[in-house]
Amino acid sequence: MTAAAGGPESRMYGLTIETKGLTKRFGQQVAVNALDLVVPQGAVFGFLGPNGSGKTTTIRMLLGLAAASAGTVKLLGMEMPGQFREVLPRVGALVEGPAFYPFLSGSENLHRLDAATRHAAPGTRKARVDQALERVGLSHAAGKRVHAYSLGMKQRLGIANALLSPRELLVLDEPTNGLDPQGTREVRNLVRSLAADGTTVFVSSHLLAEVEQICTHAAVMSAGRLVAQGPLPDLRRSGSARIRVVTPDGGPAASVLARLGLAPEPAPEQPDGQVVMAALAGLGADTGRPAPEDIVAHLVAGGVRVRGFVVERESLEDRFVALTGEGFDVVQ
Amino acid sequence: MSSSVRPETLGTADATDAAPPGGWGLSLFWSELRVLFGRRRTWALLLALAAIPVLIAVAVRLSSAVPAGRGPAFLDRISQNGLFVAFTAMLVSVPLFLPLTVGVVAGDTIAGEANLGTLRYLLVAPTGRVRLLLVKYAGALAFCLAAPLTVGLAGAAIGAALFPVGPVTLLSGDVIEPPQAALRILLIAAYLAVSLAGLSAVGLFLSTLTVVPVGAMAATVVVSVVSQVLDQLPQLEWLHPWLFSHYWLGFGDLLRQPLLWDSFASNALLQAGYVAVFGALAYGRFVTKDILS
Repeated sequence: MTAAAGGPESRMYGLTIETKGLTKRFGQQVAVNALDLVVPQGAVFGFLGPNGSGKTTTIRMLLGLAAASAGTVKLLGMEMPGQFREVLPRVGALVEGPAFYPFLSGSENLHRLDAATRHAAPGTRKARVDQALERVGLSHAAGKRVHAYSLGMKQRLGIANALLSPRELLVLDEPTNGLDPQGTREVRNLVRSLAADGTTVFVSSHLLAEVEQICTHAAVMSAGRLVAQGPLPDLRRSGSARIRVVTPDGGPAASVLARLGLAPEPAPEQPDGQVVMAALAGLGADTGRPAPEDIVAHLVAGGVRVRGFVVERESLEDRFVALTGEGFDVVQ
Repeated sequence: MSSSVRPETLGTADATDAAPPGGWGLSLFWSELRVLFGRRRTWALLLALAAIPVLIAVAVRLSSAVPAGRGPAFLDRISQNGLFVAFTAMLVSVPLFLPLTVGVVAGDTIAGEANLGTLRYLLVAPTGRVRLLLVKYAGALAFCLAAPLTVGLAGAAIGAALFPVGPVTLLSGDVIEPPQAALRILLIAAYLAVSLAGLSAVGLFLSTLTVVPVGAMAATVVVSVVSQVLDQLPQLEWLHPWLFSHYWLGFGDLLRQPLLWDSFASNALLQAGYVAVFGALAYGRFVTKDILS
């Protein structure tokens, strides 16, 4: 059956996750509202949204932990939760933080969870556990009780659990939570290397910089709804770019920019000079706006001593805030 | 791959699945036993149970002769024959100590995993929900056997250490040799294990209702106390044969020659009924439950 399950059928399908009208209601409250999620095979998919926007509830429904109030879920081309027995062994998951038996050691915990996997061969269990621990850098703490683990170590152990068997899909809910910068970096590298092997990775996060660095696709949730979804460049493109000039001659710079038809605005001063910024609506010749290199030429010709010049594309964070609202009082 | 898709339940069709390479959940069952009997709490429970016969034996040893007919049954015979420590201790532990420890283990089955958060990882491993329920219940049953066995064996051991051991006079007046008496101790432990099966099923069901294991444990113990209190009320005589604790003290038949299996059989039937009803309730609750912990 593994041959059939991993075979061409699901490959041809092309979509690793597909939901249609996925909805979850808790009483009156609609936690997830008519979600149409499309995760192509091989993508590193960032699942974004503020806290309480329904990300984890969605993940629970994807994995069959919670039943959908309406709508359907397909993982690896198969129905969930109906075909969970064929689907889930090929899916590694980290759901809402790691959870382990504190009185067992790290490696005992993994043995336990592997024993719960019906298709995992007991013969190779020890080797696979050791390998997974090594992959997340926990070999030295394998015999230690999880009780004594730091949050970051538990997080790594959670990721090790997701890597116990070869997986076609990894669902990682906030994988860098509690990790120090080194750990975060390692997780990033791990995700990249897994993606390079062809594993589809579905990462939920509210750390946008994180997502920006590793993801090929993203979706943004807000108040239970999907407000944007697609390849990362497409998501960013819909935003605008702006230039940022660092110079000791703030005033002249602003007037040069104004002459070019831009709307300069002063920004907080930096140690190496004043900063002038201006929105650059649509880069390129067709817009009639000057190209960045021409702007620099004009500035220099106008006697402005340019110490720094940057074209800033709108960051994912700006886009995210534009989509989900600013501050703590986001829509609930 | 023929698998029945039932959208209204979350992965229940375990029974239709072909045997996987890992075996029929046996791997998970061993893991369950390792987790259950590897943790300190279980050992503390068993040690507490083992302390009961030790306390009894030491108390009898230190006191002057126990007057016949006072105290729990068999108590007056201990000083002549140490094996009676086991019988006395098993009798004494039935109303409270055994239900208490079984309540802790049975109440912890699902709620404990939910509380740790490991439940979601077991389920996405994936472990089918029915399979997990069965394995968890099997683990609780293993404890139901271990608990009275601990009392009996600790009783026999401390009895043999502090008192002479000799032929045992049964309730029927027949006399059996110590090896046969040891066999009777094991039989009574088996009887008590069966007796506790119903309570374990109740605990398993209660455990599916909450993510707070202490709540399920306490509720299970309360249920066992209520059942025993109801069994004492003559006004409710019609109800008595239906109470799961009704035959708990009925193992006297196992101390006769020849062995009488009547109460064993009635008890087993009653417990099977409880297992069926509360097993079904636990199933109904657990397979449709949203795991949000």
